[in-house]
Amino acid sequence: MKPLVIFIGFVLISLISSAQDVTGLVKKVKTRLDRVNDYVAEGRMKTDVAFIKAPAGKVKIFFKKPNKFKLKRDGGISILPRGGVSVNMSSLLTSESYTAFSAGESQINGTTVKVIKLLPSAENSDVVLTTLYIDEANLLIRKASTTTRENGTYDMEMSYGKYAEYGLPDKVVFSFNTKDYKVPKGITLEYETGEKPAADKLKNKKGRIEINYTAYTINKGVSDKEFL
Amino acid sequence: MPPIIEVQNLSKKFREITAVDQLSFTVNEGDVYGFLGQNGAGKSTTIRMLLTLIEPTGGSVKIFGMDLQSHRREILRQVGAVIEKPDVYKYLTALENVRLFAKISGIGRLSEAKLMEELELVGLADRAHSKVKTFSQGMKQRLGVAIALVHDPKLIILDEPTNGLDPQGIADIRNLILQLSRQRNKTVVVSSHLLSEIELVANRLLIIDRGKKMVEGSSAELFDPAQTVVELETLDNDKALAQLQASEWNGLLQPTRSKLIVLKMDRKQIPLFHQSLAAMQVPVISLQPRHSLEDYFLQVTTGKQHVEAFTN
Amino acid sequence: MWKLLQIELFKIFKRPRTYISFAAITALVGIIQFGLKLDGTAYMEFMLRDLSMSFDIEGNILNAYLVCFIILQLLLVHVPLLISLIAGDLISGEANMGTLRLLLTKPISRTEVVFAKFLAATIYTLLLLLWMAILALFVSLLVFGSGDMLNLKSDYIVQLKSNDIMWRYIAAFGFAAIAMITVASLGFLLSMFAENSIGPIVATMSVIVVFTILSTLDIPIFNAIKPYLFTTHMIGWKGFFDVKVNADNEAIAGTVQNLGKVMQAAGILVLHIIGFLTASILVFRKKDVLS
Repeated sequence: MKPLVIFIGFVLISLISSAQDVTGLVKKVKTRLDRVNDYVAEGRMKTDVAFIKAPAGKVKIFFKKPNKFKLKRDGGISILPRGGVSVNMSSLLTSESYTAFSAGESQINGTTVKVIKLLPSAENSDVVLTTLYIDEANLLIRKASTTTRENGTYDMEMSYGKYAEYGLPDKVVFSFNTKDYKVPKGITLEYETGEKPAADKLKNKKGRIEINYTAYTINKGVSDKEFL
Repeated sequence: MPPIIEVQNLSKKFREITAVDQLSFTVNEGDVYGFLGQNGAGKSTTIRMLLTLIEPTGGSVKIFGMDLQSHRREILRQVGAVIEKPDVYKYLTALENVRLFAKISGIGRLSEAKLMEELELVGLADRAHSKVKTFSQGMKQRLGVAIALVHDPKLIILDEPTNGLDPQGIADIRNLILQLSRQRNKTVVVSSHLLSEIELVANRLLIIDRGKKMVEGSSAELFDPAQTVVELETLDNDKALAQLQASEWNGLLQPTRSKLIVLKMDRKQIPLFHQSLAAMQVPVISLQPRHSLEDYFLQVTTGKQHVEAFTN
Repeated sequence: MWKLLQIELFKIFKRPRTYISFAAITALVGIIQFGLKLDGTAYMEFMLRDLSMSFDIEGNILNAYLVCFIILQLLLVHVPLLISLIAGDLISGEANMGTLRLLLTKPISRTEVVFAKFLAATIYTLLLLLWMAILALFVSLLVFGSGDMLNLKSDYIVQLKSNDIMWRYIAAFGFAAIAMITVASLGFLLSMFAENSIGPIVATMSVIVVFTILSTLDIPIFNAIKPYLFTTHMIGWKGFFDVKVNADNEAIAGTVQNLGKVMQAAGILVLHIIGFLTASILVFRKKDVLS
């Protein structure tokens, strides 16, 4: 018994110490992100969902602290995975009430990253678990994986460039699970071309949205009415 | 001068029914040609064949010396017709109707004045701008006539033009026919099931029954004592007919639907015919000469309505 | 020929009946627009129910382009009824009125009459569609504004960029014109056989209704006969609202997913028109006018 107790005690102590360690890292990342009060970004969005045929198009993204976020597409309609969290990176970190655990290290595109799991303290939080892959050297989140109660798991991969100093990515790729889509033919009065879309293609439940940012306008103030 | 209409062996079969059977007749220029027969005798079918509304199953029709089938358009340009009730577009005005049909009749654009003149002729000038649905039957009839005349045709074909008209309307049509013939020098073909209507206007007559020609000739001929119709009744008509067919009287026998034997001869020949029958020992019951077309018409066309018409 | 066509058009547009269709279209389009303007959000929520489970859809979804699509979808099934009202009456109506015999004693060939009447019916059909386009598309643009269009198909969703839509509507109305002319030519053919206009009108409507039901019923035993029903091809205009995608599943502007099939459907309809028209000419040339 004794060796086991000692072992558990040791693990606990190391966990707590590393928790303090990673909490500090997350805080540092957050501090950096906090330098951005607001931004307007322009970019190009591509949607890749098996059952959506959407053209790539220009988007304009508005952000204002603490968590106002809006994506506008030219032409008007945007289809985004449910739950703005996945799009709004800093909202991942807005909540103070989480517990951070280290989950070792990993590699993303050749960069060594710390893997940190965040557990929200609030019991009714929609987010069950967030895993961050943080590039410690540059204090940048390279990847985030969020598991929610309602909307499955989202992955978000970021690439950085010109705006890395603000912690703002040049490119974000969201991956997410999708539910089935089916509208009864009676409602759509479908035109039968006789051609069935490849069934496996539609069965692919992974959706992807890619946004390439071309320009950020940071901390120049954003009117509240942009978020209406 | 070719005849205006020359019909040869014209036939029309509707499935099993022969409506017109080997009909031949000729209409000359200037004729008012009366076309007589019971309802269903084949008058309308014949007239519709002359107007290309019905396709014949046999025979030929020449109008103005041209074959009707191959020269349809040239012929119809010179023909005006009122077919039974002259129905026109009810939702158009009288003037619009006349203008519309003038246009289709292949004449150039007519001035409004000319069209009004046409309506004036039939006494409808004051109603030129009224919709036809407000017209009485007689007014429609007159409008029909105006439409038939608007393109100044050489030949006018009137199929039962007096159907459904009151006595005044009938008289109007009769006068109009005479006027067209005498003043405008038109050739008119007019059909009717009433002899009384026809005999006053027609100079030539054709009587048909069950699609067959019964008699054709000028009014003068048909009323002529030299063309007296003799009806013979015997104890055995079949035998008597056979005897007559074998005799020199054969050529005078007339087709008939009645049970009687009918011959056509000069009134003066009748005593000789008597003697001849006696010589052949034909058991004669009666021998009756009829000298009017009316009697003849009565005989070939049996039907209550005609009897009423004639006895009135 | 031109003269005859003028006369036929004159006759069509002098009749009150002609305007019933225009009034009906105006009323129906108006009602749909009014309903969508007032309660369109609920309708869209219903249509997007499945999608909303995974996605947030933002923007002016219920814009003129979608409204026009909804209107066409609802109305184009019924416009044939309005067209048969005129087409089924073309010959039979004149036979009934007694004007056919007068018309055909004129120095015009029967083939000319058929063509003039058919062309007049075609022009009527085109005007009706034009009127519908004005109301459903241009009035909607004023009322609902423009924007990208979401075409909710049963298996997937197509998002069309607003600058990639107008030409699709022009093509769609062109296709609809062919479809409606097919109906007109059927009504016209049937009108040869009757001496009152009710028969051919009802017969045309019945054919359309029965065929449309068979075309849209998703029951396997009917699927075999669907390709042979011209009504199946009449909704081919919808094909213009689907796009091709590239390897990245990115919609390519200016493309049509299955243009070949759409063109084939149009071709089948054109063949029907030619068939019905040829039959009409043959029947009419031989027809004995007894009315």
